[in-house]
Amino acid sequence: MTTIPYKSYLEPQGKYTGLLDWLTSTDHKRIGLMYMYAIGIFFIIGVLLGLLMRIELFKPGETIMGPQTYNGIFTVHGVIMIFMVVIPGLSAVFGNLFMPIQIGAKDVAFPKLNLLSWYIFMAGAILAVLSQFTGNGPPDTGWTFYAPYSTQTGTNVLMAVTAAFVLGFSSILTGLNFIVTIHRMRAPGMTWFKMPLFPWALYSTAWIQLLATPIVGITLLMLIAERVFKIGFFDPALGGDPILFQHLFWIYSHPAVYVMILPAMGVITEIIPTFCQRRIFGYKAIALSSIAIAGVGYLVWGHHMYTSGMSFTARWIFSFLTFIVAVPSAIKVFNWVATMYKGSIALKTPFLYALAFIFLFMIGGLTGLSLGSLATDVYVHDTAYVVAHFHYIIFGGMGFAFFAALHYWFPKMYGKMYNQKIADIAWLILFFGFNMLYFPQFVLGLQGLPRRYYDYMPQFETGEVLSTIGGFVLFIGIIMMITNLIRAARNGPQAPDNPWGGKTLEWTIPSPPPMENFDTPPVVSKEPYDYE
Amino acid sequence: MSDVAIKHDEHRDDLGAKLGMWLFIFTELLLFGGLFLVYAVYRDIYAEDFHLGALQLNVTLGTLNTVVLLISSMTVAMSITAIQRGNKKLSMQLVLLTVLLACVFLVNKYFEWGAKFEHDLYPGSDLVLQFKRGSIIFFGLYFFMTGLHMFHVVIGMVVLMVMWFKLKNTTINKDDNVLLENGGLYWHLVDLIWIFLFPLLYLVT
Repeated sequence: MTTIPYKSYLEPQGKYTGLLDWLTSTDHKRIGLMYMYAIGIFFIIGVLLGLLMRIELFKPGETIMGPQTYNGIFTVHGVIMIFMVVIPGLSAVFGNLFMPIQIGAKDVAFPKLNLLSWYIFMAGAILAVLSQFTGNGPPDTGWTFYAPYSTQTGTNVLMAVTAAFVLGFSSILTGLNFIVTIHRMRAPGMTWFKMPLFPWALYSTAWIQLLATPIVGITLLMLIAERVFKIGFFDPALGGDPILFQHLFWIYSHPAVYVMILPAMGVITEIIPTFCQRRIFGYKAIALSSIAIAGVGYLVWGHHMYTSGMSFTARWIFSFLTFIVAVPSAIKVFNWVATMYKGSIALKTPFLYALAFIFLFMIGGLTGLSLGSLATDVYVHDTAYVVAHFHYIIFGGMGFAFFAALHYWFPKMYGKMYNQKIADIAWLILFFGFNMLYFPQFVLGLQGLPRRYYDYMPQFETGEVLSTIGGFVLFIGIIMMITNLIRAARNGPQAPDNPWGGKTLEWTIPSPPPMENFDTPPVVSKEPYDYE
Repeated sequence: MSDVAIKHDEHRDDLGAKLGMWLFIFTELLLFGGLFLVYAVYRDIYAEDFHLGALQLNVTLGTLNTVVLLISSMTVAMSITAIQRGNKKLSMQLVLLTVLLACVFLVNKYFEWGAKFEHDLYPGSDLVLQFKRGSIIFFGLYFFMTGLHMFHVVIGMVVLMVMWFKLKNTTINKDDNVLLENGGLYWHLVDLIWIFLFPLLYLVT
């Protein structure tokens, strides 16, 4: 196979050289990599901001910054991490890189639109970063931009909101592109139920992106109009209602959590059969549970607002639906575990990350249920418990799945192999640091520590100190993982075309893949995880 | 892009292109859907104020604009049929006529908004701030909804002008006219939103 000389997508392609060759390329793999580099940088910025917060909370009282700076930092941390890292993360990076290959296509349906999405993303990202340094100081509203404070504060909310709007537009276009690609460009013979499960997850995700993002778009526009033109959508003095903002905001932002976690589940579903060398258990259940999560997840937004003024009927309906949405998530977990049963398991780095994902996601998911029930939520609402739950889902879930995907597909992306021993050690440090950072916050929250507070009572000190130390351990793990991968990308040993024995289509082509993926369009006759 | 050295097999999928456009239109409808939701909430709370507010709007100009937009939707549909029958010249003229009708719409809107500003009926004006809360929010919604719609009219006009140039240099032709169809779909969307805005704002009295 490898005797035929071919040009990989990493080599210079056209009339431009260097950076321009990449910036003008409509190849889905290159766009995926460009997203990855950008998101990687934003992730590091977000991590550093998080560390600054942890240092501030190391001791009671002022440690390194004043309260206003602290407010700015947790807002910026949230905006960067949510809108620029976890929402686009998996679908824009690995969706772009591997979804077309997995369905046997040469590219996405609209390659130029795909490149445009990247530029829109970058424009939004630059606006978001600029909003921290211009105007009257960084926004201090938290990433949720709750009215009426966001319509009144003198800080630079306007630019941050505009950035979120622009980033949403990019997200919509990516979703649109993926839906059309999956509908129209599957290889001959690849029926819906012969499609791998990562594209299935992306398909559900794309629908959420498409259906939910416009709502936050119009909400943010209304917020802008309120600040600029004094149209009082949310200001009671002008006839508006601040709770309406919360509804509109969460109609998008709760489904957005599924935009983050569904592709993560898709990645895990790819990794587990490969490293167990076993057919996925319950293929259809997993595929359809993605759709179910996307559908029901649209209707649970009210559980963010139990304490902000809703009728009792509305509250119990939202609580009920929240419990319903846990069912398809649990279906996935049971199917993953069932797949491992009697498999020949290879404990390689991607699989370790996948295991960590299942463990952390279960803690995050189960604590989510205690937040979804009315009585307990009223008690722990707006405490560190919520912070811990959220980070277990988003970082422990989406973040660890991202690292899993990175280690799983790295040999395919660069044609190089990383040092697996260092990768395993980095995984261990990450896993340990993560739990040390966030687990104490469950306890602190139950003891009554409010979130987003700059200072705390002395009795919380032990937990806060533990958490801060955990933050640094986590940071060391991240640095170790990233350096290991960068070193491998530069001069790691050659990786074989199929290092893990995977069965999906991306493992049938050379590493790194050639420009148009397939010499001859593949014809699919078998199911995607056809082991033994 | 023909100047890229590597050879791309020209991938053409008209059905896919139309599917993409429909999905995009769907997101636009949802964008306005959010506004309609807000409208519904406030109209429920302030039914009487909305009635009084709507009495202030110029139904004649609104009706005229509705007719203008409906005709423009017809002309853009006709231009698609024209190019499918190979009549490039007629198709170009019809696209241009559509843009012209869009201009008429904007001119009407200019007079309508101008009159409102003359009477100090705009969000944040001293007069409006003395109104009851329901009336304040009605005028806020009126300007925001028609303003956002106007913005879409302008984008639609730009899209149609691009179509005109593409017809001129035969990028859009008898056999390959999905672009014009998509442009036409967008224009119908602009029309459709107005069809909802008109009764909600002008005729709720």
